[in-house]
Amino acid sequence: MFFTSPFKLKSKGVMGMNQRNCAYINRYNPREFYPLVDNKLKTKLIAKEANITTPALLGVITMQAQVAHIEQYIKNDKGFVIKPAKGSGGKGILVITKIEQGRYYKSNGKEVEISEIQRHVTNILSGLFSLCGSIDVAIVEALIQFDNAFEGFSFEGVPDIRVIVFMGFPIMAMMRLSTAASDGKANLHQGAIGVGIDITTGKAINAVQFDLPVSHHPDTNKVLRELQVPKWSRLIRLAASCYEMCNLGYLGADMVLDKEHGPMLLELNARPGLAIQIANSQGILTRLKLIESLGKEHNMNIDERVVFSKKNFSIQP
Amino acid sequence: MALTIQRHMTFDVPWLPGKTVTIWNVDAKIVFQAKGKPVLAKLTTPMTQSGYTQISQNATSPGYGLSFINQKSSPQTQWSIRKATGKQTLYYHIQLGVMDKQSDLPITQMPSIEEQAKSNRGALASKAIIAVANETSADANSFTTELLKMLNAKNKNQNISTLISRKKSKIELLTFLLNEAKIPNKRVGVLRLKDGRRNQHLIQMIEVYQKNSNNVITKKLYDADHIQSVDRTGLLIWDESNRSLLDITGGYKSKVSFAMIKEDAHALAPIIQNIKHNQLFDFSIHSLLIEDQALFKGILMIPLGVLIVVIMRILIGIGTSGTFMPVLIAMAFVQTSLITGLIGFILIVGVGLVIRSYLSQLNLLLVSRISTVIIMVILLIALFGVLAFKLGLTEGLKMTFFPMIILSWTIERMSVLWEEEGPKEVLTQGGGSLLIAVLTYFAMSNDIMRHLMFNFIGLQFVVMSFVLSLGTYTGYRLLELRRFKPLADKE
Ligand SMILES: Nc1ncnc2c1ncn2[C@@H]1O[C@H](COP(=O)(O)OP(=O)(O)O)[C@@H](O)[C@H]1O
Ligand SMILES: [Mg+2]
Repeated sequence: MFFTSPFKLKSKGVMGMNQRNCAYINRYNPREFYPLVDNKLKTKLIAKEANITTPALLGVITMQAQVAHIEQYIKNDKGFVIKPAKGSGGKGILVITKIEQGRYYKSNGKEVEISEIQRHVTNILSGLFSLCGSIDVAIVEALIQFDNAFEGFSFEGVPDIRVIVFMGFPIMAMMRLSTAASDGKANLHQGAIGVGIDITTGKAINAVQFDLPVSHHPDTNKVLRELQVPKWSRLIRLAASCYEMCNLGYLGADMVLDKEHGPMLLELNARPGLAIQIANSQGILTRLKLIESLGKEHNMNIDERVVFSKKNFSIQP
Repeated sequence: MALTIQRHMTFDVPWLPGKTVTIWNVDAKIVFQAKGKPVLAKLTTPMTQSGYTQISQNATSPGYGLSFINQKSSPQTQWSIRKATGKQTLYYHIQLGVMDKQSDLPITQMPSIEEQAKSNRGALASKAIIAVANETSADANSFTTELLKMLNAKNKNQNISTLISRKKSKIELLTFLLNEAKIPNKRVGVLRLKDGRRNQHLIQMIEVYQKNSNNVITKKLYDADHIQSVDRTGLLIWDESNRSLLDITGGYKSKVSFAMIKEDAHALAPIIQNIKHNQLFDFSIHSLLIEDQALFKGILMIPLGVLIVVIMRILIGIGTSGTFMPVLIAMAFVQTSLITGLIGFILIVGVGLVIRSYLSQLNLLLVSRISTVIIMVILLIALFGVLAFKLGLTEGLKMTFFPMIILSWTIERMSVLWEEEGPKEVLTQGGGSLLIAVLTYFAMSNDIMRHLMFNFIGLQFVVMSFVLSLGTYTGYRLLELRRFKPLADKE
């Protein structure tokens, strides 16, 4: 059959888009805090205040006049990333992984002319990638050197880990691995693979690409079930602490694991997608309901919340 | 809802159109500039004719003296005023009931044949044409058909070409030739009745009379562009006077335009309504001028379109580019008719995308890029309009109904989508939008829906409450049932 029955979905605790919008995002995410997460620059600033590590900021380009002198921001020899502050869904992100003798290369080895980079920045400034076309600024960020544990799991791109944090409790996690289709970025609708990650252990549960189950990485042939995220406890604690920082009850935190600096916060999302349920082959609703049943006066601090989550949301024995 | 039911009960406004008598409300609007002198305006109005009964007529005109002159050959409405300056607007309103039975009054008299001004040039040509037509025809009707065949032939013969170049139009020439051939005929101004239309004008046609062997006179209606006689359903013969439609002294730059609206009422209602319900209806839309009513008839359909978009997004889960873009496109479709609209839309967006892909190489700022696209869209519409006209497709001109700014944004969004996600995503989103637009079009052009939405204002609230309650719907969307299927099938 083409469709499944809504009752079956309900019994599995699967949350639909309407319910997410109505019962969680509208209820738990106050409008006034949206700008903090919708603008990556602001997120970086408040993260700094809250002592949450983020990738190093190399520069901010706010005016067209700066575009001509772009090289002064990107001299860094380890590679860099240019992204629109108000972008979403991986739009407008340019990842340069190698700089050799003043020439720039993308992760797939293609050279990028400096004029192309300048044009890209101009497009960012004019608001091509931002929501509803409002003018924007371009952020230049240091390239993340991903942890060796992910070698072979991600193709030409940095994998990131999406953690859904509800009222400060880490609820569900998913690793996103880039593929040839997703062009060095780890956004699911562009063709990245989503791997459900067990909250307790950091081990892979299940994997999907384009909402359909997969067992091997299509480009590297690695068996996805073998994935294990190192430094998991630190990562998940960092994600949980984002709640205090931005006051959003229903939050998607995008984390990365850097070789040298360990877990870092890449960005926050006020409207995290639903594919994480498919990647975990679990509905999210039962977990949300459990947290809601705790009420507001539980008085747990970050560590207690992480422990509570680890105890209750484990799948593997 | 209650309001709707109440309206049905008290005013007998029927639930369904068609089961009842159809009434056409037609407004003629006269606009002219007065010279500051006495003004006398005479408008020719429709005679009783087969297919229609006149229910009422009236006229509005501040400060003017009014009289309805009912001459035998042609009724007229006459406005007069001592002195008027500046722009003047006069309205004449007529209410006609549609009769099922087509029964013409017996025609007692042939129209007289006009003496032609004698001129030598062209006389030979017309003689020749008449001779040819006479040869191949048996009576007045077949004669007219023969003439029309010649007039509309791809390769016109020499004689026709000379005459056409001397007459103003085909219809002029046809009248001239019929008169030359001593065939009784009459020029009439005809109104095509279409619900909710404004700014319409009379179409010139010719009635050809013929007496058969039993001395019964019949007549048939022709326009100059078709060979066969015209079917009279949906047509109202407004002006049979053989004089001008509007005769005005003391004014200049005069113009007459028509607006009309269809209404369905109980067989008895038209009469009762006139006497009794007039005041009761007074605060409804029905008390507005027909021109404005026609406008409202369109506007009141929009909530329905909005409802469909909401259903599609919340219950089905189809994404569109630009939330309410489909509604605007559907409104354009209502004006252009579906097929023309679809072809026009795809053409413009398609060509627009090609040109836009060139623009993206120029590194323009967003605002100037959008502006360029807008200008481009306007030029494209103009180009297609002219092209279509040259090819003889008058439909092409209707493209001007498309909302240009919206089209430009559509092109811009689609092209960004194309660059980032590839053509597949453009097709799904564009296809989704078009699908919804077509659905909306069907809902908005549906006669029953039009009738209901227009006559029962209360339904607007019903639609609103639907939209509101859909806003709190937290169940699954149809497409999610498919998306989460692998999840449900696990274990
Ligand atoms: N500093 C960086 N170094 C390497 N890759 C990055 C960096 N920033 C972003 N990316 C890549 O781009 C993807 C999307 O970035 P993110 O900041 O989450 O933007 P968005 O809001 O568009 O999802 C990440 O998943 C990652 O793969
Ligand atoms: Mg992201």
